[in-house]
Amino acid sequence: MAEFFSMGGYGTYVWTSYGLTAVVLVVLLVVSLKSLKSTETTFDRLRAAVGPKEMKRMETANGDEA
Amino acid sequence: MHRFANPTRFLKIAAAVQPWMAGLTIILFGTGLYMAFFTAPPDYQQGESIRIMYVHVPAAWMGMFCYAAMAVASAVALIWKHPLADVAAKATAPVGAAFTFLSLATGSLWGKPMWGTWWVWDARLTSMLILLFLYIGYMALQGAFDDRTRGAKASAVLALVGAVNLPIIKFSVDWWNTLHQTSSFMKQGGPSMPPEMWIPAVVMAVAFKTYYVWVLLVRIRQELTANKVRILRLKQVHGG
Repeated sequence: MAEFFSMGGYGTYVWTSYGLTAVVLVVLLVVSLKSLKSTETTFDRLRAAVGPKEMKRMETANGDEA
Repeated sequence: MHRFANPTRFLKIAAAVQPWMAGLTIILFGTGLYMAFFTAPPDYQQGESIRIMYVHVPAAWMGMFCYAAMAVASAVALIWKHPLADVAAKATAPVGAAFTFLSLATGSLWGKPMWGTWWVWDARLTSMLILLFLYIGYMALQGAFDDRTRGAKASAVLALVGAVNLPIIKFSVDWWNTLHQTSSFMKQGGPSMPPEMWIPAVVMAVAFKTYYVWVLLVRIRQELTANKVRILRLKQVHGG
């Protein structure tokens, strides 16, 4: 086990590489997911305020081009 | 193709595909990491440090792939004014920047024990650093205009001009014979290493690619929803 983690003496370099990669990829994913969630929440709130009839009209008029 | 060009329809498809990409990414990373650490042998010269290759090479490939994708999307946005192309290019930039950063950082962590230095102004390293700057410039330029369409146009032009750097990166190791080794993968007659070494690298590269598609879908959905929010806000202000 200890031998596996030492990576033939290169452990620091190998594990830092993998650790850094994991951190960067996970942070980017989580930030992206959170941003989507909060934008969707805002959208749902606004949509409720506008009302379904007006939403329908807007979607057929110009909503799709945005 | 135009069936998918409609943002509303795209939103539905993206939401449906996203969990599949998530699952695929997790399975591929699991398999790739297992292979990288347990089935791949140590290198006869570089020992266990070779395992850095399994994140370094996929990150570098994907850093370049994302830039190519961003440049193509930017061209489509400029020429055909396609509503999704701009959004796709914009959503790709941070992912490509992350991959490029990782290829530089892991390369540095590999260079220290193998070359005896964290960094040299070698052609490959320098052109890769320029790629990172291009990504950062692209993202900065996008937010530098009050008018969003002007920001999109300016950054799309930058993405296209910067694409000249891609062949420079690719051939840098052949044109300038400095420190970075030439490709061990893209060779006539196949990779210059046994399958138990290059297969894990390819599996990791595919994992990086599905990760990119996953995050891309999330970011495009966010961007399209943000556009709708903007329209609704304008409506509230102007239309009462």
